[in-house]
Amino acid sequence: MASNNANKSWLGTHVALLMICAGFIVPFAWMLSTSLKTSAEAMVFPPKIIPSPANWKTYQDVWHHPRFDFPLYARNTLVIAALAVAGTTISSALVAYGFSKVRFRGRGVLFGMMLSTMMIPFPVTMVSLFALYRWLDVHTPIQFLGTNKPLWLPACFGTAFNIFLLRQFFMTIPDELSEAARIDGCSDFGIFWRIVLPLSRPALSCVALFTFMGVWNDFLGPSVYLQHPEQYTLALGLSQLQGYRGAVTDWNLLMGASTLVIAPLIILFFLTQRTFIQGIATTGMK
Amino acid sequence: MTAAPTTTATNTAAPALMAQPTIAAARPRPPKSGWGDIGKGLAFLSPWLVGFTVFTIVPIALSGYFSLCDYSLLDPPMPIGLDNYRALMKDQWFWNSMKVTAEYAILALPAGMLVSLGLALLLNRPIRGRAIYRTAIFLPTLVPVAATAMIWLWLFNTKLGLINYVLGKIGIPPVPWLTSPSVALPAMVFMSLWGVGYTVVIYLAGLQDVPAELYEAAELDGATGWRRLWHVTLPMISPVIFFNLIIAIIGVFRVFEIPLLMTNGGPARATQFIAMYVYDNAFLYVRMGYASAMAWIQLILVLILTGIAFWTSSRWVHYQGK
Repeated sequence: MASNNANKSWLGTHVALLMICAGFIVPFAWMLSTSLKTSAEAMVFPPKIIPSPANWKTYQDVWHHPRFDFPLYARNTLVIAALAVAGTTISSALVAYGFSKVRFRGRGVLFGMMLSTMMIPFPVTMVSLFALYRWLDVHTPIQFLGTNKPLWLPACFGTAFNIFLLRQFFMTIPDELSEAARIDGCSDFGIFWRIVLPLSRPALSCVALFTFMGVWNDFLGPSVYLQHPEQYTLALGLSQLQGYRGAVTDWNLLMGASTLVIAPLIILFFLTQRTFIQGIATTGMK
Repeated sequence: MTAAPTTTATNTAAPALMAQPTIAAARPRPPKSGWGDIGKGLAFLSPWLVGFTVFTIVPIALSGYFSLCDYSLLDPPMPIGLDNYRALMKDQWFWNSMKVTAEYAILALPAGMLVSLGLALLLNRPIRGRAIYRTAIFLPTLVPVAATAMIWLWLFNTKLGLINYVLGKIGIPPVPWLTSPSVALPAMVFMSLWGVGYTVVIYLAGLQDVPAELYEAAELDGATGWRRLWHVTLPMISPVIFFNLIIAIIGVFRVFEIPLLMTNGGPARATQFIAMYVYDNAFLYVRMGYASAMAWIQLILVLILTGIAFWTSSRWVHYQGK
């Protein structure tokens, strides 16, 4: 009797989860299905769920579309991502070391201030940062607006979320290790570079991964700071394919482009799943 | 208050030195003043200190100043006192965007909480294939927000969309999801649930940290099912619930890309969130001062709301061993 009940609840859990997961996957399936139709087929109602024959030409069309240049946009995105990842990983690690391994007065207060910056709604800094960059454009020889600098430069000064994540990890490295190195004549920077960083590879790759995803995902930043289509990132470029200010949308092309933008992230996720999930789990802990 | 951190620092250092006299003798640490290793600490913190000043402190202060000015970017800011704030109080579209944001929060926060917690509880059961289910629920969180907007724009399409097609199968006439002022906002709440995967993973981690003894003890006391959930699970993961609540509150004030790309704030401004109205004022109408005033009101609201959350948290958040 009891085991019968347990069986029932076991089965119920599976049925519930299967249905829910189907709901989560359907949008992906619908995107793929539409991307394999022709523009005309996509406009047919009721829709054909499985397009036959599959129109692979959509991907050819969307690879070099007059409004969406995938290789170019991908390169632009990767350049920003590479600079942001390199910049934030090194700087955030340095700062996190200061917050976890050096004892000094005011450390707790500064750490609290850093955490609280994560709460600031972006419009508060968006307007004046734009004005600040504009001022720099006029008064210095360096150009900011209309270039990708505002999209990666701030990351080179450490990002609150990344510093927090790395600090939590550094705290778990026993101080005995660094003390031993100190006795061997190692400086603080040496301890940071030769002991803490090599031991923190999982946390560092997590930071790199999240930053990469963040750049790939970012829409607001590029839409504020980039002015020429040849500088566009994938996320910004994608919105150019949509006729949201009046024109008719080719849904198959839009879904094809969306697939191209999403696919690298999904592949990356499956390659790094463990780092990823553990990183998120850490952020929820204090 | 000021002396406390230093004394604790030296106190914790002292036993270590006493326990290893040879080490201490070999390389005595130079005696530090009450400030600890302040020079070294600030050196390591220097990237963030610079960035914090340039990219946070200065912009916030500047936007505070701009909010008291008439500023169109082309001319230097002209101080006009509190005029922007006065004008805001009379701006019906500002109040509309506040209402839209609040309505979204009232619907999306509880819905997101319940769904993510429910899913985490389901996924926490000892069943096969959990990793597969978890992955399916997590995948949508990987989708860039611009792509999410495109996919759902297509799903919600009134004439050709999959959702209306499925509803049609069970006899429900087509719903104008994004073109009817009364449905557009709830539609966005619904699609926000597609992105709960991140929160689910955080809850799952919290659930896996609940000690099994507690469940066994509860079972001995005859508590099962809902009572076990209410008296053991929820209190034990309340810090995680609190963490997610704070993140969700902050998130509401950031809703921007989805309405911009899907409805451009429409129909009839039914989805013009506060962040969008600030953006439009700043970059469309180039009223930087006005936009800054709005952004400041937003900042103060976030502070008040998270403040309330922290203040009430002592009543319902249980930190283990504290």
